[in-house]
Amino acid sequence: MAKVLMKGNEAIAEAAIRSGCRHYFGYPITPQTEIAAYMAKRMPKIGGTFLQAESEISAINMVYGVSSAGCRVMTSSSSPGVSLKQEGISYLAGCDLPALIVNVQRGGPGLGGIQPSQSDYFQATKGGGHGDYRLIVLAPASVQEMADLTAKAFDLADKYRMPAMLLADGTIGQMMEPVELPEDMRTTVYEKPWAVTGTENKREHNIVNSLYLVPEQLEKKNIERYEKYKTVEKNEVMYEEYMTDDADVCVVAFGIAARVSKNAITAARAKGIKAGLIRPITLWPFPKDVIARTAEHVKGFVSVELSMGQMIEDIRLAEGCKKPVTLCSRVGGMIPSPEEVLKAIEDMEGGAF
Amino acid sequence: MAYIQVLIAGFGGQGVLFAGKVLAHKGLEEEKQISWLPSYGPEMRGGTANCSVIISDTPVGSPIVSEPDILIVMNLPSFDKYENAVKAGGCAFVDSTLIERKAERTDISVHYIPATKMARDLGIPTLANMIMIGKVIRETGVVAMDGLRDALSKTVSAKHQDLLEANLKAIEAGYEYKD
Repeated sequence: MAKVLMKGNEAIAEAAIRSGCRHYFGYPITPQTEIAAYMAKRMPKIGGTFLQAESEISAINMVYGVSSAGCRVMTSSSSPGVSLKQEGISYLAGCDLPALIVNVQRGGPGLGGIQPSQSDYFQATKGGGHGDYRLIVLAPASVQEMADLTAKAFDLADKYRMPAMLLADGTIGQMMEPVELPEDMRTTVYEKPWAVTGTENKREHNIVNSLYLVPEQLEKKNIERYEKYKTVEKNEVMYEEYMTDDADVCVVAFGIAARVSKNAITAARAKGIKAGLIRPITLWPFPKDVIARTAEHVKGFVSVELSMGQMIEDIRLAEGCKKPVTLCSRVGGMIPSPEEVLKAIEDMEGGAF
Repeated sequence: MAYIQVLIAGFGGQGVLFAGKVLAHKGLEEEKQISWLPSYGPEMRGGTANCSVIISDTPVGSPIVSEPDILIVMNLPSFDKYENAVKAGGCAFVDSTLIERKAERTDISVHYIPATKMARDLGIPTLANMIMIGKVIRETGVVAMDGLRDALSKTVSAKHQDLLEANLKAIEAGYEYKD
């Protein structure tokens, strides 16, 4: 299969189509507009729907409707737009509906800026909307992963009947890299007997709803849903380990921060410092076990993030406060340089933190 | 193992991003590892634009080029901003029609190409970027001249294929230019 050069955002759109998604609803916002532009061009040619909604709130509720009918569906936006979608995401979770929500993050809070960021980690992994729920959150670090994890997100969403989020950033969205796209990116076709598709007088009505006025029923629903989340946590954790075997200092970073960290690790190794990287690919479920195992043999961890320190809390929980964890971060659209990450690695190695 | 980092900078509208795409597509044809990253600030025609391209034999780490091996600059603000960023022993390519000053660095090799004037004289005034690329290929071998037509046809959009020959002409003019 020939590799082609694509922008990360375009790779998401093409992979979604090759994963059988035929319905896209969105509203333009930098730095993810290429997804909508690509869908606008392609969907009408393949009998799909591209619809630019009047707002992000409309778009997510269109997703809610199409998912209820059992079709693969997605929306995409960037940070401020994803905030607007939170109510709808909570409803999707409350109705056990699969869907893909893409967030190509930019600096915040508020309107913030348009340069890359990872400061929506809390919102994505801890529930940005109301109620007890989880999203499967996947964090691509290359254009190839933008495509592969889009396909994966659709599959996981269908498999577990829950919304999945692709949490990318402006850099990975805007950059081009060679990418290989299989013709059909679906691994499994999931039956959806729960979908509201018309009974044809042959079966009972299906009801998709998140309203439970009887507290006993609502409690039961919540508990059942958390049983499902336990299965996801058990089966679906994904991460990459890079030179962690003999590492004294372990960097934890995802997305663009992981790419920068790899340069820093190469530089650290050249100086004789044994540094390694754990790159979470699923942010929820978070790769707790590998971090706990690694805590046994490293001096400490460095969390490299484009936020004021969000993932660092999950690292500390995972390693059980056994080892020091420091933060190396830039925010507001800035990206730490490999030299800044190297400095944080050296400080941890030398015990100066 | 080569790991070549290229930074191309100029005004919006000069084809800075396109020039980077040509290198990226050619590198891909040569089965190299590639990344291409544009600046995407609130740029417009006349504002500044730049792009980072990495062409490598090994996997690309960070796609952000902060210390280029090769710097291509097409306006004075970009030269002022990035001259000091070039790696010692690296090269800078300067459009000398638009940038009158010489480099201050003595530890890099600098090539001055009157690309904007050459493009105007050749009747292809919008292709100074490709003249610069031709010279870069000549002096650095970052990609080969061989097979450039294929890479270029993938870079030029379907509706602009008629501009393929003009682009090739510009690259060749840069390639043949002796500074």
